[in-house]
Amino acid sequence: MPEEVKVKSAMPEAVKEFWRWPETRWTNPDINAKQGQLITAGVDVGSVSTQVVVMVDGELYAFSSMRTGSDSPLSATNAMNWALDGTGLTVDNIDYCIGTGYGRVNVPMAQQTITEIACHARGANFVYGPAVRTVLDMGGQDCKAIRCDERGKVLKFMMNDKCAAGTGRGMEVFADLIRVPVWDIGQRSFQVEKEPPMISSTCVVFAKSEVVGLLEEGRPDNDIIAAYCSAMAHRVCELLKRLGIEKEFAITGGIAKNEGVAKRIEKELGVETMPKVWYNPEYRRRNYPFDTQIIGAIGAALFAQALLERGKVKSARKQEKEGKC
Amino acid sequence: MIVAGIDVGGRNVRVLLMKEGTVLAQGEAPTGIKKAEAVERLYDEVLQRAGLKRTDIERVVATGSSGRRVAFAQRVIPEAAADALGVIRLIPSARTVIDVGSEEGRAIKISPAGKVLDFAINEKCAAGTGTFVDTMARALETTVEEIAKLSLQSTRAIPMNAQCAVFGESEVVSLIHSKIAKPDIARAVHNAIAGRIGSVARIVGLEKDVVMIGGVAQNTGFVDSLRKELAMDITVPSAPQFVGALGAAIAATAGVVESAVKARVIEKQKIEEGKA
Repeated sequence: MPEEVKVKSAMPEAVKEFWRWPETRWTNPDINAKQGQLITAGVDVGSVSTQVVVMVDGELYAFSSMRTGSDSPLSATNAMNWALDGTGLTVDNIDYCIGTGYGRVNVPMAQQTITEIACHARGANFVYGPAVRTVLDMGGQDCKAIRCDERGKVLKFMMNDKCAAGTGRGMEVFADLIRVPVWDIGQRSFQVEKEPPMISSTCVVFAKSEVVGLLEEGRPDNDIIAAYCSAMAHRVCELLKRLGIEKEFAITGGIAKNEGVAKRIEKELGVETMPKVWYNPEYRRRNYPFDTQIIGAIGAALFAQALLERGKVKSARKQEKEGKC
Repeated sequence: MIVAGIDVGGRNVRVLLMKEGTVLAQGEAPTGIKKAEAVERLYDEVLQRAGLKRTDIERVVATGSSGRRVAFAQRVIPEAAADALGVIRLIPSARTVIDVGSEEGRAIKISPAGKVLDFAINEKCAAGTGTFVDTMARALETTVEEIAKLSLQSTRAIPMNAQCAVFGESEVVSLIHSKIAKPDIARAVHNAIAGRIGSVARIVGLEKDVVMIGGVAQNTGFVDSLRKELAMDITVPSAPQFVGALGAAIAATAGVVESAVKARVIEKQKIEEGKA
């Protein structure tokens, strides 16, 4: 009788329920990819989530966002296949693909890699417009503050990728402890009578003990949620203050979806963030989905487009698109 | 004169009763959430063990991160001062003290008289603390006692990238998943903390003799990693977790003048800066 092998995933079992944000994909109904000239892709493999963005002549065509598994190359492949699902395209139709993110060295379909700092700045410029000068990306396991110019070129940056405070993981650990789904945390943090003092530890591990103490004292869950969001926002503000903020200021990445943290960052800095709407009026008019998590991959796909247009690289397309008009 | 030293830490409280320089009794217990109550309970327990009553104790001095919770203490002294007094009594040749507890790691440069000359701390970050060991032991599905023994059985040094206890936990789980032997993972865990404590220690300078105390000093696996990290001999007195309480008791015996030395805090985690 073969021994039953117990496979442990990267996350403890109990956490699985509360971190699980919805995975998404989308195809632009207004673009016929087969009529386009250049098809580029950006693949952003983070330690927590993987995003693929496909662009046709520099316009957003398709994207997918899913959890990164324990095998990064496989995650990249899965995310790519899902992004292309239903489009009639395959990875062989792509002219140039750039990998970015923590797992960028392992993206099997990428022709080259570019740092996520550069990709986030470029992506933010496309999504929010040329007025953006400071970008805060709160990723799954890191947190970066970037200063850029009107073309989305990086001027300087600061990154913390050694500490869970102010990262998606820091929030997931908390969500699991308090047993509230990650996507509910934001709005519940505002359901308090009075803004409570922040958790005194920014360290996620020590904050956890503090939270356990508050739970035992019988403090209401929403108060604790508000206190934790404040502590995470505070941690991130330290990074931003060190870098120096120039308006306009935009937040990207998964945790930008957590209003509980985003609003408290605004409050502590006394600076408002750019509203989460497309800079491109056509995209706004046509109501294209606005997802802050795909911004890094957008930047990567745009770099691919630029490199091809300027003749810096040659198309890597392996197969012509079926020519049906 | 009978005195008491009480050390209330992040995880454990220790009580030590002393008469004319001889330890009469000592005891420890977890503080739990309600620290003040745990302190009162342990104090009475240790008194009973020594056949004494509260009224027999002439002076009580407290220390530790929650020293203020000892309502009946005459005085609260800083941890660094208590550590220095305790260590110099046990090991007169000591000049550098490394104390790693559940929430904080500190390195203290001491004078031959047991005065604090300089000290540096790693605070507000679980990396390099006993909490880090606890978290990793859980991830390895073992106890803190076992993880110490495991790491001494290691045959291979493997790198551990994570310093953060949260990221470290997933890294440990991935290492298990990759079929890395548990002893090697345990050793990697201890090397990671030793690296961080080493950074703290180097701020004050490593003058012989180097003595390690505090709860984590009981972890032989960690001490071994730290010896290798510092490339120096480290002395660990017996019952190292009681040295803080001992120092507090010594302070209760003789009036002690505290030095005004301020802690030097190590940066929480490295922030990468760049230009593109």
